Amino acid sequence: MSQSKIKDVLLSPIFANNPIALQVLGICSALAVTSKMQTTVTMAVAVTLVVAFSNAIIAAIRNFIPNSIRIIVQMTVIASLVIVVDQILKAFLPEIAKTLSVFVGLIITNCIVMGRAEAFAMKNDWWTSFLDGIGNGLGYSVLLVCVGIVRELTGAGQLFGIQVLPLATDGGWYVPNGLMLLPPSAFFLIGTFIWILRTFDPSQVEKDS
Amino acid sequence: MEHFLSLFLTSVFIENLALAFFLGMCTFLAISKNVKTAMGLGVAVVVIQTITVPANNLIYVYLLKKDALGWIGLTGVDLEFLGLISYIGVIAAMVQILEMTLDRYFPPLYNALGIFLPLITVNCAILGGSLFMVERNYNFAESCVYGFGSGLGWALAITALAGVREKLKYSDVPDALKGLGITFITVGLMSLAFMAFSGIKL
Repeated sequence: MSQSKIKDVLLSPIFANNPIALQVLGICSALAVTSKMQTTVTMAVAVTLVVAFSNAIIAAIRNFIPNSIRIIVQMTVIASLVIVVDQILKAFLPEIAKTLSVFVGLIITNCIVMGRAEAFAMKNDWWTSFLDGIGNGLGYSVLLVCVGIVRELTGAGQLFGIQVLPLATDGGWYVPNGLMLLPPSAFFLIGTFIWILRTFDPSQVEKDS
Repeated sequence: MEHFLSLFLTSVFIENLALAFFLGMCTFLAISKNVKTAMGLGVAVVVIQTITVPANNLIYVYLLKKDALGWIGLTGVDLEFLGLISYIGVIAAMVQILEMTLDRYFPPLYNALGIFLPLITVNCAILGGSLFMVERNYNFAESCVYGFGSGLGWALAITALAGVREKLKYSDVPDALKGLGITFITVGLMSLAFMAFSGIKL
């Protein structure tokens, strides 16, 4: 496979074809975890790994999967990978696993994973699919981390739990905006993110239906 | 009785799966262009949720929980790690069974829900409901109420969003914000409205 194709598969999902902003995939379990950077990054890494490996595994066995039961097979592969991730998190990062609560399990129904398995891995060899998984995982992570930074910084004046902006209550100057830690702010931020992305790339603007 | 009523209201309004936990967002944003289809999907979610949450509750309590296999004489077995795969299996199977039953006995309803049923398998709200049930240790009766309530809350949210989006057709939205962007902001505002319910003690 040529060098440029690798680059294309890996990089296009990050901006040009971002899974969240353009393909409307995988928003489900993502937003609730972005109020703190620590959980955001954990979630981003977990999803990237699951997408990459599920893509690789499904691509490797794609010629043996009967067409009529492919959804179930994909589901089983994904669910097994998520169980592995869940157990690892519970064993090594119990604190974070507790804050993420049910959202690790919800990676199973994250549409990015299913979507890429169905749309890409069923048609390509395992190495390209693996890269595609990494690329899409990164596209998802970029958006998640952007939202996470804004929310934690403006909501609590912290990054990764470290105080960056001194709070007014502790004698500093920053008055935290509590709304940013609540669910609605995530929607507004993603909406704005999409707005910015599409202003710079008008070809992505949706037509009137 | 009061306990169940408060659980029901909490799951419908205060802890709305779509607006407070962001669950089922993909379908929520994709299938809310008109009220009729949104309502169809909403009904399907209520039905599936009411069946799967209690079913998964039984599976959890009698098969997976620590020492749950005591009733066949196996003690000290903890199968909790198999949870995720069993729940998603149950959901997929339930959706399939419901689809076949409806096709056989209630063709009009089947035609109305038709395309939405398979979609529900990958709806995070359904799996989310089951996972919350496990995490919060609901018993069987509670999980029935929670399943119905959370499904209803989701249906309510998607119907309301579809209503708003239908009206939005007549407004002048900036080009780059059209479609997905403005929908996100609408959902944000709705979620803000639902926040008003939080803090209500029942």
